[in-house]
Amino acid sequence: MKKFLEGSQAVAEAVKLCKPEVISAYPITPQTHIVERLSQMVADGELKSEFINVESEFSAASVILGASATGSRAYSATTSQGLLLMAEVLFNLAGMRLPVVVTCANRSVSAPINIWNDHQDVMAIRDSGIIQLFAEDNQEVYDMHLQAYRIAEDPQISLPVVVNMDGFILTHAYEPIETLTQKEADDFLPPYSPERKLDPARPGTFGVLADPNWYLETRYAMQKAQEAAKRVVKKVASDFKASFGKFQGDVIESYRLEGAQTAAVALGSLVGTLKDVIGEEREKGKKIGLLKIRCLRPFPEDEIKEALKEAENILIFEKALSLGSGGIIFHEVRSALYTSPSRPNLKCFVLGLGGRDVPKSSLKKTIESFSPAMPDLNFVDLKEEQIKEHLYVPVS
Amino acid sequence: MSQLAEQKENLLAPGHNACSGCGLVLAARLVLNAAGPDIIVTNATGCLEVTTTNYPQSAWRVPWIHSLFENSSAVASGIEAALRAQGRLGKIKVIAQGGDGATADIGMMCLSGMWERGHDILYICYDNEAYMNTGIQRSSLTPFDASTTTSPSGKVSLGNPTLKKDMPAIALAHRLPYVATASVAYPQDLEKKVKKALSIPGPKYLQIHSPCPLGWGFKTSLTIKSAKAAVQTGLYPLFEYENGKLISVKKIAKPQPVEAYLKDQVRFRHLFRDEAGKTQVEKIQESANENIKKFGLTG
Amino acid sequence: MANRTGSWRTEKPLFLNQKCTDCKLCIILCPDGVVFSVNKVYQANLDYCKGCGICAEECPVKDIVMVREVK
Repeated sequence: MKKFLEGSQAVAEAVKLCKPEVISAYPITPQTHIVERLSQMVADGELKSEFINVESEFSAASVILGASATGSRAYSATTSQGLLLMAEVLFNLAGMRLPVVVTCANRSVSAPINIWNDHQDVMAIRDSGIIQLFAEDNQEVYDMHLQAYRIAEDPQISLPVVVNMDGFILTHAYEPIETLTQKEADDFLPPYSPERKLDPARPGTFGVLADPNWYLETRYAMQKAQEAAKRVVKKVASDFKASFGKFQGDVIESYRLEGAQTAAVALGSLVGTLKDVIGEEREKGKKIGLLKIRCLRPFPEDEIKEALKEAENILIFEKALSLGSGGIIFHEVRSALYTSPSRPNLKCFVLGLGGRDVPKSSLKKTIESFSPAMPDLNFVDLKEEQIKEHLYVPVS
Repeated sequence: MSQLAEQKENLLAPGHNACSGCGLVLAARLVLNAAGPDIIVTNATGCLEVTTTNYPQSAWRVPWIHSLFENSSAVASGIEAALRAQGRLGKIKVIAQGGDGATADIGMMCLSGMWERGHDILYICYDNEAYMNTGIQRSSLTPFDASTTTSPSGKVSLGNPTLKKDMPAIALAHRLPYVATASVAYPQDLEKKVKKALSIPGPKYLQIHSPCPLGWGFKTSLTIKSAKAAVQTGLYPLFEYENGKLISVKKIAKPQPVEAYLKDQVRFRHLFRDEAGKTQVEKIQESANENIKKFGLTG
Repeated sequence: MANRTGSWRTEKPLFLNQKCTDCKLCIILCPDGVVFSVNKVYQANLDYCKGCGICAEECPVKDIVMVREVK
């Protein structure tokens, strides 16, 4: 059934269908609407869940850790500072192999404080062992949450999943969403019933001390689980198609990359804008396509290599960077292409940080001005006058 | 007769790496045996966790989880919520544990949240009065003038300059239906308090004085004697509050002078060298007298 | 359990079982819980006893003595 929903509402509706037994909530812009809507659902008896108003995001993650360890499906949502605050627990969740799902309404990080969208928050937990998915639009956000629990709870995987959606751009945007019934959701997502859980009937010890003789293998196992997760992400996507008739999911999406000399690479809602731009550029005769990375962890190296094999010029658009190094996706993609027979020109374009608007004109200008002689790291729509006047940058 | 001695199998098994004579692990064993097997236990990082779960072995014969240093109470909140959602909360009790550092310092935020929300959880603070696992550093429950590695006595220092944070008072401010202190020196009293706490719905706080031979500096055989002296001097009053009202105290027939407790511990030895130390001991005696008066420990 | 902490000891408790009043304090107060009785005969599980001496110290009738262990 098609409904006109705000992005946050789409999340709440999808999460409701997943029937988490425990939800922990702490307010932080721009995810707050998600937990508010869930709270109303619980208050109206629409959703039977223990809704725990915690005193910080650190506790939000700890509460779902305890709930998941006790065998209950659990959920929380956060962003930016909240994600950073719960980082210690997120690593703990991954290490304990607990399949919770957390929505991250991607937002910039302090300092300075900024409540608008970019991807710096989730990049901070990139290496944690958590599965990281990025949604392009709110339909994908909705579908992704159902798929996320299927992926997380796969007994071979048993890792937490963070579903990333751009703060404000998606959370606060109204879109028509094709929604599912509870029965359809139940058929797609079975109840969570793990073998290992805290239960006096079968006492077990969680969160042990592993000394140098024992620790290494836990990380090896997590790496293998991440690698297996790639297969599971794809399988869940094809199961989704079998159940609901449309393909949604997979680790990447290739958009008009056949015969494309130029390729753009992006994550999240920027993909939507880029698809428009590419349509217009193609009409002008430019052979350009787009690689959408939907799953960042596990990193779909083979799929990326295959998708970009024809491209000579690659523009990597990123809403984050590794300060002191450069583009994060840039380095990962360039590394993936290292063993390719061709040597494409790759450049990184950092944009949209702190929620700075990314109009189509800026993207077009970037594409048109692309040159192999450009530096590796470029900042789109940088305001030069602000650098000189306000910030501590050595004057070269 | 107390159930403690009848326990055929300790729910905290021997073979763990706690120090010889450890008061904390004694307290934990007593707590578990009093609580019985239908529990789920969360534990903060610290001596108790590190010494009992050296993979691939575990001393815990009940379901047990350790997450991080500060979140034993938050994890317990999640477990309690899950049990409630699963309809199993009455049959299974949730116990959250932590040392004094985990409870009164790094875990304060999570603990206050758990208490404020009113979860049906018994929180136990094993008070050995310092960060013992990391090598005897000062916590907010380290007593006045105790020497630790981060509050050492020295040429211009008389040890820890602050008073113990009054955690029972903080618990009472959260309107907990049951708040009590106990000591390994009085195991039957400890057992009664654990059982009573578990029979009361809502959040409960039990602080157990657990002497540390290594950290306090006394022979391993004197753990109980030390704990007893703390109570008998009035320095560690044992009491129970129910619904905000003081309902019981452990009476002291003949209060011991605080020297009886302090002089046999290396961490207070510096107080017995000179006049400055003597003044401190007098201050400590005053605080013991205040406790005796406040809680009516004599007569 | 393979972690036989009994190897830590330098002294071990000797239960004389002469004046014992069956008060069970030794069982209750042992930090490791290794003291047990069989038909009121008290002893310590020497695989795990760390030799702390609390049982001997706290026995109300001094029926337990710590003896130096010769290995």
